[in-house]
Amino acid sequence: MAHTLPPLPYAYNALEPYISEEIMVLHHTKHHQTYVNALNAAEASYAKASTPKERIALQAALKFNGGGHINHSLFWKNLAPSAAVNKGNGGVLRDGAFKQAIEEAFGSLDNLKKEFNATTAAIQGSGWGWLGFNPSTKRLELATTPNQDPLLHLVPIIGVDIWEHAFYLQYKNVKPDYLNAIWNVINFEEAEARFNEAVGGSKL
Amino acid sequence: MLSAARNILKPSVARTFAAGKAYKHTLPPLPYAYDALEPYIATEIMTLHHTKHHQTYVNGLNAAEEAYASADSTAKKISLQSHINHSLFWKNLAPAKEGGGKLVSGGALEKALVKDFGSVEEFKKTMNAKTAAIQGSGWGWLGYDPVAKKLEVVTTPNQDPLLSHVPIIGIDIWEHAFYLQAR
Repeated sequence: MAHTLPPLPYAYNALEPYISEEIMVLHHTKHHQTYVNALNAAEASYAKASTPKERIALQAALKFNGGGHINHSLFWKNLAPSAAVNKGNGGVLRDGAFKQAIEEAFGSLDNLKKEFNATTAAIQGSGWGWLGFNPSTKRLELATTPNQDPLLHLVPIIGVDIWEHAFYLQYKNVKPDYLNAIWNVINFEEAEARFNEAVGGSKL
Repeated sequence: MLSAARNILKPSVARTFAAGKAYKHTLPPLPYAYDALEPYIATEIMTLHHTKHHQTYVNGLNAAEEAYASADSTAKKISLQSHINHSLFWKNLAPAKEGGGKLVSGGALEKALVKDFGSVEEFKKTMNAKTAAIQGSGWGWLGYDPVAKKLEVVTTPNQDPLLSHVPIIGIDIWEHAFYLQAR
């Protein structure tokens, strides 16, 4: 069955002023759409492949476009209109097990932001910064993935796209400004839901 | 095969071995004005690309080399690679009215392109297709393989310099190189 571009959970201008409407339109309708189209094409070719060599030759396209589709689908959902400008709950982390887990792993939410931004900004090339849940240690930890590689060794809780197309039109070369701004539109409710599911626990 | 890269950075290297102390790489000036590549590459892009992105790699390289003993060797390597690539890049661009885009008719390069690609148009098609297909950030190169004695289109990821071939033409396909203009 063909993959389709998931609709944004909010209007294209809803993340202003932190992520511009222009970026959201291009990022969703062009970049993510392209990954969806290319993934469908790669999967169609893969279904017709009959030798290991043919299948191996398609693996890079599957990984790149499949990863692009996975990552961006997670991304739109872990963003939300900002509470700071009275548009929604973006940027607000409420008390509970998730907040506690952040404090246990990083000391404070502020420190999570600092460390997350530092590791994400340090990615050389294109990639993604992640807050993930380690199912073995049952702790939150940071990770990065290059290009469109999906996060595999941790359960994704929050992902931030650091490909230049994600911020360049608005922030130009000043990555730190983008990384500071995006925390205003991080959907901590969605992150908390992912965390609760990963822990496998109840929400009581 | 690193000779192109070595030549680009020669003055700094010579100073190091001579002085035996820390030396500084510097941002090479553009061989043309910031608006000289219009309308093909916008002034806004050239300004940011040269004065911010390349400058940042130069600064990062100098900082890493100064603290060499405890330096993050990966950061130093990346900065050096990027400095090499961008320094080659500025030189392999030229304003349209100063010959940019024009291949000397009947010259050695044209003959080699025809021999190895069939035609100059075919070379451009291949170069563009392979460069556009890079998954992530990187560079597209026309390179000369001195063993096979032929020109080939190759790509390198991120800021990896071209080591397997002699760089003839490099094209930066990081998004910062075009996004403001080509969207």
